[in-house]
Amino acid sequence: MSANTFVTADTPFTDSGNTAWVLAAAALVLFMTPGLALFYGGMVRTKSVLNMMMMSFITMGTVGTVWILWGYSETFGNDVGGGLIGNPFEHFGLSGVLDAIYGYVPADAAAGTAASGGIPGGAFVAFQVVFAIIAVALVSGAVADRAKFTTWTVFTVVWATLVYFPAAHWVFAFNGFAAETGGWIANQAEGLFLGGVGAYDFAGGTAIHINAGVAGLALAILLRNRVGWPKEAMRPHNLTLVMIGAGILWFGWFGFNAGSALGAGTLAAGVWVNTLGATCTAMLGWLLTEKIRDGHATSLGAASGVVAGLVAITPACATVSPWGALVVGLLAGVGCALAVGLKFRFGFDDSLDVVGVHLVGGLIGTLLIGFFADATNSPTGAAGVEMNDGLFFGGGLGQLGAQAIGAFAVLFYSFVITFAIGWVLHKTMGFTVAKEDEVSGIDLVEHAETAYDLASFGGSRAGGGGGGGFVASRTQPVTADVPAEPTTKEEATR
Amino acid sequence: MKLITAIIKPHQLDEVKEALEAFGVAGMTISEASGYGRQRGHSEVYRGAEYTVDFVPKVRLEVLVDDVDGSDVLEVILKAAQTGRIGDGKIWSMPVEEVVRVRTGERGVDAL
Repeated sequence: MSANTFVTADTPFTDSGNTAWVLAAAALVLFMTPGLALFYGGMVRTKSVLNMMMMSFITMGTVGTVWILWGYSETFGNDVGGGLIGNPFEHFGLSGVLDAIYGYVPADAAAGTAASGGIPGGAFVAFQVVFAIIAVALVSGAVADRAKFTTWTVFTVVWATLVYFPAAHWVFAFNGFAAETGGWIANQAEGLFLGGVGAYDFAGGTAIHINAGVAGLALAILLRNRVGWPKEAMRPHNLTLVMIGAGILWFGWFGFNAGSALGAGTLAAGVWVNTLGATCTAMLGWLLTEKIRDGHATSLGAASGVVAGLVAITPACATVSPWGALVVGLLAGVGCALAVGLKFRFGFDDSLDVVGVHLVGGLIGTLLIGFFADATNSPTGAAGVEMNDGLFFGGGLGQLGAQAIGAFAVLFYSFVITFAIGWVLHKTMGFTVAKEDEVSGIDLVEHAETAYDLASFGGSRAGGGGGGGFVASRTQPVTADVPAEPTTKEEATR
Repeated sequence: MKLITAIIKPHQLDEVKEALEAFGVAGMTISEASGYGRQRGHSEVYRGAEYTVDFVPKVRLEVLVDDVDGSDVLEVILKAAQTGRIGDGKIWSMPVEEVVRVRTGERGVDAL
């Protein structure tokens, strides 16, 4: 049964503009994961760049698969636990989804508005799966250089199933959109856990960034530090990769945020502008902090500031005004630049600052909505949708409270469950490679590869691989000029 | 015969090469090297964390010369490589027992 059957007024239809934008945005967001692989890959040392990139790439394989099987249904199926989880069997294998239409608004004769078209279920599935993929990939930055690849691969499936899909259900599943009943953080309704929170998180500050950030913290605490950390210098091996990665992330993030409008209109356009503004000021804020504190504005700082700004504006991009976005970005740039030093104080090797950028940036963005939510000048207001004002706009403490409950609920749930998953995997499969393997290089040990072949001599073929010249030389060549009949006894025995 | 080895700043290489060519030296070998002397290394900052880099990039230049030219060539390199700032490098010379040109089998001074 498709979920749109509660729309009874007339026959739902899709809008081609909205559908085209959501499909394009989904492709933009998928591109962020290879971008993240470059961003992370450039920050590690030469001997572990392939493993770092593979930890991102593998999530496209694993999370994409389980999303089709049960992930979509667990996230956007009808709620079965007071807003805590979607029914994973309702749309198992995406049954009853592709012919559904979501977001259709019937004509309202009383209000004098025409019907507006929605998007096909397939477009919604496509857009949401790429969020799940990158949310899991983000966590890998906390365990750089030392995680067993098989264990990480299992972790991506288990973590997506037990942590991401439920949290995404809480935050992204709106009542009456893809299903009649959704999650307890997004909605306020009878029967929901705590009656529902009604927090604003447009594109995933809680479900994705706080969630992945605190999961990174849990793993960094659980697993041993890298050999030699923090005494040894572990310089990023290729900052040009980091800059390219940051550029790709920024590009893809326009799909992430503006695509979350699930349509091509005023809301999406306003969100696009806010996504730009916050990222600009965040880069400036990070660089200013560095210049004052360390004396130099660095390229790694610029790339990190870009990501910090994108993280912080992700939840807030629809509910703050353009100048509010500038403030959110600036505070995130400065706040995250200061926060990345905390790991040295507390002694956990969050190698690539998943906590300092994603957890802190996610919290800043999610909580600032409580202050800067602007029902008049935000993209949501501009699109004519009702929303609450924040503290600075006369809305009182109500929305700030909702934001805090949403943020900390995801934070505590994710920390506890991630720690438990990591602990079980560590006890059963082992989560880290042997120290001597880490020192000699995880690329070689886990993948039998080296990222950069800088020596043009000194190698020879050792067999294997199937179907190469090595095998062919031992068998009869099958060519036209091979005689049909052996002409001598010697040839016959060959 | 002598082997002159010079460790110099990478961006002085062109100047040294031109000076040696003008002097009449027929060939040289260079390799990228890393090291420190009194200069020590330098520090870099990544996300606020400071790293000391001990070994700084240098170029190692080697020239084979006959005994007559030996000290002159050393002076030529010295003049071209000197900036007067810390980290200019070092030059030394060592006696060489035998030199062979691989293509022809020529030996000694003929092989230079």
